[in-house]
Amino acid sequence: MEALKISPGFEKVMPQEYLELVEDGPYGRGLGVKDLGTFKELIEVHPLCAGCALGLSIRLILASLPNPENTVIVGTTGCNAILMPQVAIHNIHCLFGNQSAVATGLKRALRLRYPNTHKDVVVMAGDGGVVDIGLAPTMHSWFRREQFTTIMLDNEGYSNTGGQESGMTRQGVVVNMAPLGKKFPKVPLHEVAKVAGCAYVATATPARARRLGQMVRRAILVAREIGPAYVQIFCPCSTNYKFPPAESLKRAKETEITEYMVPEAKEWIERIEKGPKAEEVSNEA
Amino acid sequence: MPERRVVSPEYMLFDAPREKKYLIGNEAVAEAAKRANVDMAIVYPITPQSEATHIIGDMYAQGYIRDYYRGEDEFNVMSAVAGAAMGGVRVFTATSGPGTLRAFEMFPVWAGHRLPIVCAFMTRGVNSPLSIQPDNIEIGWLADTGMLIFHAEDPQDFFDMTLQAYIIAEQPEVHLPVGVCVDGFFVTHTREIVELTPEDEMLPPYDPSVSPVVAMDMETVPVRHMKDPFVMKSNYISYNTHASWQQEVRAAAERARKHIYKYMGGPIEVTHPDAEIMFMTSGTAAAQARVAMERMRAEGIDVGLVKIKVIRPFPEKEIAELAEVPGIIIVPEHNITGWLAREIRSRVNNNSKIYSGPRVFGGMTMPPEVIVKETKKLLQAGVAV
Repeated sequence: MEALKISPGFEKVMPQEYLELVEDGPYGRGLGVKDLGTFKELIEVHPLCAGCALGLSIRLILASLPNPENTVIVGTTGCNAILMPQVAIHNIHCLFGNQSAVATGLKRALRLRYPNTHKDVVVMAGDGGVVDIGLAPTMHSWFRREQFTTIMLDNEGYSNTGGQESGMTRQGVVVNMAPLGKKFPKVPLHEVAKVAGCAYVATATPARARRLGQMVRRAILVAREIGPAYVQIFCPCSTNYKFPPAESLKRAKETEITEYMVPEAKEWIERIEKGPKAEEVSNEA
Repeated sequence: MPERRVVSPEYMLFDAPREKKYLIGNEAVAEAAKRANVDMAIVYPITPQSEATHIIGDMYAQGYIRDYYRGEDEFNVMSAVAGAAMGGVRVFTATSGPGTLRAFEMFPVWAGHRLPIVCAFMTRGVNSPLSIQPDNIEIGWLADTGMLIFHAEDPQDFFDMTLQAYIIAEQPEVHLPVGVCVDGFFVTHTREIVELTPEDEMLPPYDPSVSPVVAMDMETVPVRHMKDPFVMKSNYISYNTHASWQQEVRAAAERARKHIYKYMGGPIEVTHPDAEIMFMTSGTAAAQARVAMERMRAEGIDVGLVKIKVIRPFPEKEIAELAEVPGIIIVPEHNITGWLAREIRSRVNNNSKIYSGPRVFGGMTMPPEVIVKETKKLLQAGVAV
């Protein structure tokens, strides 16, 4: 938290937005989705399309981080990578598809350097980045039981590169690179995650904001203590799926919300959420 | 594991007592990693590198290295060491030939992110046809990634250069990755006398606060990077940002030169600088050329040797000056492309005197006789002197 203070004498020269972050940001305050509108958010503006469900999801995710002052996000190429440089926590965009490998090294390094603090590492990437080009490191991080959270922002295609088919596109849908319609069904990665070693797996939608926030928070807390966590968020893309932006949330509701925890994770979550300070989980390891 | 103490880089390189051991190159580089106080090693098997990283695994089990695992492939290993370095720890990894190519997208990232990663490249042939044999074609490809590139001749060089690599890589004004290359098998699997520093002495721990790019640990101010990401903008500021960043990476490599002189005694080693015939070469070809030189000098032929230890930053001034003297410069190499001859040719005034060869590849050895024979052939043809 020391790093977030402004050195005396510099208050007047700091950008207004930064002053607001220091004075009214979410660092160290245990805030959540329900508090949106009452504090300075980690993201102020973003360049994503009107009606982008992915942009909304990121806003909700950022508001749900249990300890943003000790969180590092690892992303990859995709629409979210255009937004992330504007987020006021450390974030990495390395290469396309290597996010879980980078996160593995990063998480282990932070554990060595800060043995007494939970430095939460959160991978946040698109569906192509996770299920296609990045599938090997994603799954290997689960096999190895790496203790970080993977969040897939599933807009059912490669939106940033012009709307191509991904493994998460639905069968039969005609998009770029699937001129005759996609030949195989959506990859059930949330099912794969369970057998690959994840201690917490959820499918969520920004149309159920508080539930999404709860899942992201639970995932991160499980990753601290129990094992890898995976959250898959359905983020319909109006630009590439050619529907009016105002319909995004309506469409986002058309997905199944599921939650899975191994018994140890369930026990851990119950212990935290029933505890006296449910909103202020200790950041000490 | 013995109780270890931290010593200064200068003491370790110049003053520490040395003990003679009979080691293969793969053992020598692991011994260097031990003394370099490496926090984390992430590895993937490939011949002829694997043995070095087995030994480093054993060192992890003994407590010398704080974290270690086998990754899923070379690309992801190089990504994971990048993540670890961004997290502020000292890392080591190694690979060979096809692994180098599998991982290649990461090397410019290491340089661009100014990560002081040290990677050993135990070079070998690349497919096709399949080869696991010695061949250093990959060094020529690595040369333009922005990394510093050293080329070791023998297990002793491999030990020393690995320690020197950490020390130079982590200079605040350099802060770049270093590839320490050796010719696979010829060095990795050959047993020689290596003089080691004491096992209980190690370099000071890495200090991430000296990095020109802050560690990704939320311990420094998490400013918003930018309002609009440059990657999506087609304007002068975007181009200029990328261009000037690339220039700064190259400038950092330039600033490594003085540290190369201080810690490595310079980028080259010269024997008989005034000779009429000069071998200029690197790696094990330098060892073979040295034998060829001695045999020819015994016959009264005036031959000298320039061993090039540092490929990046290339010692262009030194090579250009040395190239003024001899009538012919012969560049023996363990690859088909002749990348070292290309480097030298592009840096000297009169490059018609540079002869690229003999070049052996695909696992072929380079007996000194071949170098002697080729040189004499050139002399008989009246090419030189």
